Amino acid sequence: MTQSVVVQVGQCGNQIGCCFWDLALREHAAVNQKGIYDEAISSFFRNVDTRVVGDGGNISKGKICSLKARAVLIDMEEGVVNEILQGPLRDVFDSKQLITDISGSGNNWAVGHKVFGRLYQEQILEKLRKSAEHCDCLQCFFIIHSMGGGTGSGLGTFLLKVLEDEFPEVYRFVTSVYPSGEDDVITSPYNSILAMKELNEHADCVLPIDNQSLFDIISKIDLMVNSGKLGTTIKPKSLVTSSAGALKKQHQKPFDAMNNIVANLLLNLTSSARFEGSLNMDLNEISMNLVPFPQLHYLVSSLTPLYTLADVNIPTRRLDQMFSDAFSKDHQLIRADPKHSLYLACALMVRGNVQVSDLRRNIERLKPSLQFISWNQEGWKTSLCSVPPVGHSHSLLALANNTCVKPTFMELRERFMRLYKKKAHLHHYLQIEGMEESCFMEAVSSLSTLIEEYNQLDATRSMPVEDLPRLSVAV
Amino acid sequence: MSIVTVQLGQCGNQIGFEVFDALYSDSHCPQGLCSKRENEVYQASCKERFFSEEENGVPIARAVLVDMEPKVINQTLSKAAQSGRWKYGQHSCFCQKQGSGNNWAYGYSVHGPRHEESIMNLIQKEVEKCDCLSGFFIIMSMAGGTGSGLGAFVTQNLQDHYSNSLKMNQIIWPYGTGEVIVQNYNSILTLSHLYRSSDALLVHENDAVHKICAKLMNIKQISFSDINQVLAHQLGSVFQPTYSMEGSYHYRRNPLGELMENLVPHPEFKMLGIRNIPQMSENSLAYSTFTWAGLLKHLRQMLISNSKMEEGIDWQVRPPLSRLPTLGKVSLNRELHFNTSIANLVILRGKDVHSADLGGFKDPALYTSWLAPVNAFNVWKTQRAFSKYEKSAALVSNSQFLLKPLDTIVGKAWNMFASKAYIHQYTKFGIEEEDFLDSFTLLEQVVASYCNL
Repeated sequence: MTQSVVVQVGQCGNQIGCCFWDLALREHAAVNQKGIYDEAISSFFRNVDTRVVGDGGNISKGKICSLKARAVLIDMEEGVVNEILQGPLRDVFDSKQLITDISGSGNNWAVGHKVFGRLYQEQILEKLRKSAEHCDCLQCFFIIHSMGGGTGSGLGTFLLKVLEDEFPEVYRFVTSVYPSGEDDVITSPYNSILAMKELNEHADCVLPIDNQSLFDIISKIDLMVNSGKLGTTIKPKSLVTSSAGALKKQHQKPFDAMNNIVANLLLNLTSSARFEGSLNMDLNEISMNLVPFPQLHYLVSSLTPLYTLADVNIPTRRLDQMFSDAFSKDHQLIRADPKHSLYLACALMVRGNVQVSDLRRNIERLKPSLQFISWNQEGWKTSLCSVPPVGHSHSLLALANNTCVKPTFMELRERFMRLYKKKAHLHHYLQIEGMEESCFMEAVSSLSTLIEEYNQLDATRSMPVEDLPRLSVAV
Repeated sequence: MSIVTVQLGQCGNQIGFEVFDALYSDSHCPQGLCSKRENEVYQASCKERFFSEEENGVPIARAVLVDMEPKVINQTLSKAAQSGRWKYGQHSCFCQKQGSGNNWAYGYSVHGPRHEESIMNLIQKEVEKCDCLSGFFIIMSMAGGTGSGLGAFVTQNLQDHYSNSLKMNQIIWPYGTGEVIVQNYNSILTLSHLYRSSDALLVHENDAVHKICAKLMNIKQISFSDINQVLAHQLGSVFQPTYSMEGSYHYRRNPLGELMENLVPHPEFKMLGIRNIPQMSENSLAYSTFTWAGLLKHLRQMLISNSKMEEGIDWQVRPPLSRLPTLGKVSLNRELHFNTSIANLVILRGKDVHSADLGGFKDPALYTSWLAPVNAFNVWKTQRAFSKYEKSAALVSNSQFLLKPLDTIVGKAWNMFASKAYIHQYTKFGIEEEDFLDSFTLLEQVVASYCNL
């Protein structure tokens, strides 16, 4: 069994990360009734004997003593991390695995990347190495950050290069929150584009998320809950849309509910690697199956049923509906419509009481309405995990490598160009040592190349699907 | 003589468990429909072939379990132990922490050499427990990374180290509509490598077995467990003991050797398919009776029309009137109705087995011209019934059964290869484009050979 380390960077990254750890603990508590430290838990948690002073005290088997998250928390201001350390999850985090500063990055990618990168490079390396040492077999780094700000965006992408150099064999999965159109950070297009270049070059796999989509999903759930038609009741225990603790939802900050969705995404992504099933899917299989060309590693995700994310007891709809929903644009975590774009590859990760015949039946049913690229007409990767999410009987996570990400990138480029043409706020960046206008040009160029690749793939849609002539052999 | 089974990857291990379970359950089945003595000899023969004995009498499967990550092996070991009837050897498994990521290259080029010594040692230990080794079963899937890549590597090693023993690979052919996106690449790499180092490839198609579960067994929500059990049943119906020349109470010692001799006369033709009849749910079984004539008629038509199961057989297909060789290359686009055989083996189990008339299978029209029909067709029998079926028949065929699936997989892999998609994942671990081209060349040759039977 392998382990993964979560690196949460910046305000957004840390808030999502916090939700994730809360859900992970609750999931394992529900599954692991006997309190034995098993391989499933060890994928994200260390078992530590807190009486032992210093760094030792890692217990590999037996009863759970004290669980510590395999996490590194990085933020250039203290507010968010402090809140975490004073909250209900404080004991889960190892105080030595934090890197904080006071001044913040001022929503400036260059400050995050160049200034803080240089300043904290050694410390970052040290914490990462430490967390790797605690792992028997480290398979994956999960980086959580936002693209629009300064720390998550700049420092978050800085450490991608560090990870690539220091741990070349360990996968780098990045969960990136992209700024939506009405983002209140004016410089978010600059930050995002500069960060995109780093993602293009140093990430193995990127899961783009869009705040607007998360918000729409939360609204939908609220609608379902409040409509009263479906006879919903609040569930006593399930993975809730609220953050730590089983509290009522009324006074929740909207971000909490939204962060929970992303946290669920990560949980479901890793469920087949952690728990048993009739068709397992490890994390290294995600990259292998869903990334046909190294640059095209952006995966659109969707989670169904939505109500698994809510504290509610909606009567189970037909299993097949779950599969249909996964392809609807309302369930995607970015603003995208995969059904009307071109699929390069698609993964279906199912949890719970679902068998291979259900999977095959639904694939057969949905295939005709989806367009797959000519050389991957049956491009499906499937997995079946027996352990359902807490409080529900089944769930589905769909990951698509689909040209529907293109509009998001094009919009981003558009917003960037609008600012850049006027040279607005540029001086904040150029005054940082190491930043020049060429950095911006290279970043846009990198994005344009990516967009062009998607364009070329889209162009093949209108071409008829023909079998290529085969090798002829002498008989 | 004994057979040692190597179970590789999730698929190989999950199926391996069901196979041993089916073999054990059948050999201890009270409804053998034969005399006590007959039953005892049957049991002993099955035991010698597939199980070794422990001090406290619990049979231990002659198996080595290999996987690159621990979850499945742990499950398999505990399932066997929990049954209380048989189990796996305590030290018969080899496990790592991180899987092969569905990457054939990783399984073959990284895991293979790295763990060669450990795995071969385990196999050696298991071989040493046998009084007389007949050969190996290697159970593996083609679609994933460990079963396929590491399986190919291990088979090659077995050829080097046990050149006098036979190797039969039990290959699981993936669903056509995808379980793994790179399954076609993994499949062609596996098949081309196995073709060079294995003695026979017995193919089990997921799609076919799935249909059997749906249509014949009437299972509503089919799980992999169901599929694996049907598969295990098919395998058991071939490899459970059958009479040797001397007949009752005397069982064939070397089924693997004889099967190879009968069915694989030429190294160019190694792909074997398996069919069995009848296949139904236990509930239906209680209300059914069979005659050998009926069963064999269906089985023969299944062979001729290339039907995967006893329902939906195309009765219009007939053997060609003349066996003149066709002029020029037969185009695959034309519906290949008639399935030409090189050699067939029918296994009959149950009541009145000696009264069964197999004339239909000896018809020269079914076969290519290069083997005399008397050599092309063989039959194994026993009166001892198999797994609650009063009468049952199995067919192992070296024929054009797998021509279409093979051609399809090669075609899909070729289309993907032309776009160079996913190739970087393989070159990362030392499998280059030339290796792919070599595989394509070899398999096109196999396709052409089978096509022109």
